Amino acid sequence: MQDVNISAARRRAISSVMTTLTALCAFVAVAVLLVILGYIAWRGVGALNWRFLVETPKPVGEGGGIGNAIVGTFILLALASVIGLPIGVAAGVYLAEFGTGRFGQLVRFLADTLTGVPSIVVGVFAYTVVVLPLKQFSALAGGVALACIMIPIVARTTEEMIRLVPHSLREGALALGAPQWRVTLDIVLPAAMSGIATGAMLAVARVSGETAPLLFTAFGSRFFNLYLDQPTASLTVQIYNYAISPYDEWHAQAWAATLVLMTLILVINIGVRFMTRRKV
Amino acid sequence: MRPLQPSPPTPADAYGAGARRARWRETLAPTGNAGDALFRAALLLAALVLLLLVVSMIAAMAANSRLSLRAFGFGFLTSRAWNPVTGQFGALPFIYGTVVSSLLALLISVPVSLGIAIFLVEQAPRQLARPVAFIIELLAAIPSVIYGLWGIFVLAPVLREHVEPLLARWLGWLPLLQGPITGIGLLTGGVILAIMITPIIAAVVRDVLEAVPVTQREAALALGATRWETTRVVLANAASGIAGAIILGLGRAIGETMAVTMVIGNRPQISASLFAPSYTIASVIANEFTEATGDIYLSALVELGLILFLVTFVVNGAAKLLVWGVTRGTSGTARAA
Repeated sequence: MQDVNISAARRRAISSVMTTLTALCAFVAVAVLLVILGYIAWRGVGALNWRFLVETPKPVGEGGGIGNAIVGTFILLALASVIGLPIGVAAGVYLAEFGTGRFGQLVRFLADTLTGVPSIVVGVFAYTVVVLPLKQFSALAGGVALACIMIPIVARTTEEMIRLVPHSLREGALALGAPQWRVTLDIVLPAAMSGIATGAMLAVARVSGETAPLLFTAFGSRFFNLYLDQPTASLTVQIYNYAISPYDEWHAQAWAATLVLMTLILVINIGVRFMTRRKV
Repeated sequence: MRPLQPSPPTPADAYGAGARRARWRETLAPTGNAGDALFRAALLLAALVLLLLVVSMIAAMAANSRLSLRAFGFGFLTSRAWNPVTGQFGALPFIYGTVVSSLLALLISVPVSLGIAIFLVEQAPRQLARPVAFIIELLAAIPSVIYGLWGIFVLAPVLREHVEPLLARWLGWLPLLQGPITGIGLLTGGVILAIMITPIIAAVVRDVLEAVPVTQREAALALGATRWETTRVVLANAASGIAGAIILGLGRAIGETMAVTMVIGNRPQISASLFAPSYTIASVIANEFTEATGDIYLSALVELGLILFLVTFVVNGAAKLLVWGVTRGTSGTARAA
């Protein structure tokens, strides 16, 4: 190593410079987050009021709100959860309990790779399999798109959580004569439940911010809509449409809607963090 | 786990349908319990959904892009024409925009995310590392559309007023940094992408570094290495995993849609200047899908989706294999996803 020839003082100097630089990187990242969040809070609070939260959008100059978008987002999230969570959790249980062979390894690999597939592609996929056959944009199509994004995430976190359950618990139940399915359902799953719920909540938080897969599935709407076969508004698409509009008033509304969405996501993320810390 | 022996088939079942059924039951439930077989079959179905998703994504998009596939063939990838009026479609400007903005993002993001990961694993005391790691993970929780909003109203003006004029003055002899300055273009897209992929790369590199055995560090320190020299030993050990993390970040950058769409200018052109507006594969799909009139137009957009899927699938698959090679046996892979 050529380093031997460099004086000790110089080596120490290099070391402390690099140490400072890495700390600086972390500091910059934290600063960027605080700047973004602070800016959202500052711009968002101005346009936020009760009527904004309950009214439907109106033409420029007449106010209007995001009530239908909030309702729409929750409908889409509920749909995605109803479709995605059972499949995701079941696939995760399969991977943890039976996924030792080649097939399990393949599914694990596909799940990890699917989490990296761009959400816009999932939107195109949902368009071809739901919107085209039904011949219209719908909440259902949006829910299917979001579910496709959730399934691999939930499957992998569920698997990790179930793997944390000690083997002695299973062995104890099996020794008492319980069949394997009872052991999994009555012993292993309850033991891993808080972890699985955490993973599910994080997956919901993740898809609640998705815009791209909703653009041509749920599409958007100016009205309250509770029908699953009709186009439905969502916070993210609303933010996007307002952001790229030329009107200052709509820009202000985009910031206010962003504050609402960001609050939802932060509450889930930080809440989950504290819940899990208390358990461990 | 196979705690119980499978029940041996009765002689009557040794041949024919009975034997086949018994073999099936044995594969599904080595315990020989009918409930177990049913349970396992149900779970298997859910696991198959993942397989089915991948297969049907490829099939559905291929089927819906056959018009464009047939009309343009491989020329689709090399043609610069994108003209809905005349029905001419080529993907080259979008491929160019995607590649350049993603590489730009990596260029900015890789040093920073490596620094973050090194700081968190090798240098920061535990009490500091945990909250800082959590805050940086929150960066990854901010939705793309919010980055885009911030990009339009904060980042783009800052780059236009302060950063791009300086770059043009100091490095203006580079063709990359010439031309009119608008704040909306490849550079802004690259910067916003860099911010978005930094927490992802940093999180995976962190897992990879944590998987390096502590004995490596102890050995380096025992030989009299300084802190930084020890870190270099660790980095060398984790090299393939770090490469995986970077490729994973690249995959994210390639497919990132909303934020880029909002700041890159959305003009299908190939310009040497980073200040110039451009267009990515993901953003042309986002922008034009609902307005696509005519079957061939829609078909071309679906084909772009198919290309994006295949590229990110291969990129992510490669990254996963690299990262798994280093972190296998540790629980890091879940967060890496």
